[in-house]
Amino acid sequence: MSKTGHKTSQDNATGGRKSAGSQPAFPMRGSLLRKNLMTALLLAPATLWLVVFLVLPFIAIAIFSVGERAPEGGYQAALTFAQYANLPARATAFWNTMVLAPIGALACLLVAYPVAYYLALRAPQRWRLILLALIVIPFWTSLLMRTYAWMYILGGRGIPALLVYVGIEDLRLINTPGAVLLGIVYGYLPLMILPIYVSLERLDRRLLEASADLGATPVSTFLGVTLRLSLPGVMTGFSLVMILLLGEYLIPTLLGGGKVFFIGNALVDLFLQSRNWPFGSAIAITLVLVSVVVLIVANRISTRLSGARRVDLI
Amino acid sequence: MRAFVVAVFAFLYLPIALVVLFSFNAGHHASEFTGFSVQWYGKALSNPFLVEALKNSLFIATTSALLAAFCGTAAALGLQRVGARTRALFDALLGAAIVVPGVVIGISTLVALVQLFAVVNPFLASLWPTDQPPKLSLGYGSIIAAHGLFSMALVTMIVGTRLASLDRNLVEASSDLYATPLTTFRSIVLPQIMPAVIAGFLLAFTFSFDDFIIAFFVAGAQTTLPIYVFASIRRGVTPEINAVATIVLCASVLLVLLAQWQLGRRKPSP
Repeated sequence: MSKTGHKTSQDNATGGRKSAGSQPAFPMRGSLLRKNLMTALLLAPATLWLVVFLVLPFIAIAIFSVGERAPEGGYQAALTFAQYANLPARATAFWNTMVLAPIGALACLLVAYPVAYYLALRAPQRWRLILLALIVIPFWTSLLMRTYAWMYILGGRGIPALLVYVGIEDLRLINTPGAVLLGIVYGYLPLMILPIYVSLERLDRRLLEASADLGATPVSTFLGVTLRLSLPGVMTGFSLVMILLLGEYLIPTLLGGGKVFFIGNALVDLFLQSRNWPFGSAIAITLVLVSVVVLIVANRISTRLSGARRVDLI
Repeated sequence: MRAFVVAVFAFLYLPIALVVLFSFNAGHHASEFTGFSVQWYGKALSNPFLVEALKNSLFIATTSALLAAFCGTAAALGLQRVGARTRALFDALLGAAIVVPGVVIGISTLVALVQLFAVVNPFLASLWPTDQPPKLSLGYGSIIAAHGLFSMALVTMIVGTRLASLDRNLVEASSDLYATPLTTFRSIVLPQIMPAVIAGFLLAFTFSFDDFIIAFFVAGAQTTLPIYVFASIRRGVTPEINAVATIVLCASVLLVLLAQWQLGRRKPSP
């Protein structure tokens, strides 16, 4: 007790600044109370936002998911797991998502790795930032517009119409799983390249030289050093893309044309068309749980494989 | 490997280039370029529904990005002053706001707001003196709030990263020279984090302007540009959409380049 009091008076003596090491960028002179009030004021809007528009809505759909559908649609209070038991009714959506999301993420990875490797280790220094910017830009431009571009290209008046000139007729490109997969790779490639680039760029190049000096072939240097050390980045990219794909709606809708539908399509249908909110909530909760499991598993794998901690994207 | 990288860049940019090219097509179809024309731009901009959707999107993106930049920056500053446990909790919530799929954010916000309105509206009606009480409903407010959630988390992270690399000696020197905390903040901290705040604002704007899925659920009777474009794509592809897409793509690219330039700035110009 006396220790705390002593510390407070010391803080006041030094103008309210904390001791070196944990000093805030925005120091406040004055009493501890005023300091706490300022901190609370700074955090209040964000806290309010997170509680009202993230935590409460999540609690709301959790409650809905154990409820029943009212006869006219919407929600009726109940405590039942019938909605969860009914999940197999949307098995096709789950199956499509669970098959195409990992395949899509894997396809993304196979295309992204060489690009990230080139950018981090081979590209000329003065080109590196420009090339990196060229990767980032598509990620921040409208996914709707970029997916639309492929709809335009793969659609009946796009590539198929051109192929008629070389004698290939009646080729259907759009509204196939292949088109959805192409859209996935196109849409999420930047998100896969960035974390891999970050982990490759941090790589200590002396390790590569050491490996070569010790007589390792380029292939075994790549497998034993480069690939191994970039695995945290690979896992970050893979799990991020995978999680975003689990909730994808636009790509299967525009390029799958109602033939290849995802969980996202089931959710739109249940909430905006058939108005079965409790069942939709159960699917949404399941989707979030699957995402959490994917994140945890990816984290475990990356920790075990590399012995290092996860790489943050931003 | 180099050829592969070039091919990937072509893969990333050719479809976009094609859309831009065909927005200037005099004819109707992607299979034939029949001549240069800006007629589709004229058609797009004289479509009242499209212009209305564009105005809505601009208003929503500006408001939500401003709110996000303000609250996110405040939160990043506040997080520097709290204990490790509070910080970890906040980081987890901010991470969730970014990682949870947009479709789940959309439906959970929809469910929560509809329930909230069902409680609040009769209450307002019972209090209101006249026969026409204000009625809360989905619209601008709900889209702005739902977009702001992601944007605020993004701004907090970007500004937080910049704060972590801030030169503490300057802050200390300022305090030692008897500057008030406000002066220190205004003349030392703010100029250093300003590029991150601006970049955060621009990315937040881009996100909100481009988002389809969240707005799709919480827009109520309002239409944003992505919702309008999505609806017209489902009715059939027309070159008019190419013109709109080109305008949106150009605006996004410009904003992202601006954001990157701001983030890349080491020191503010005097």
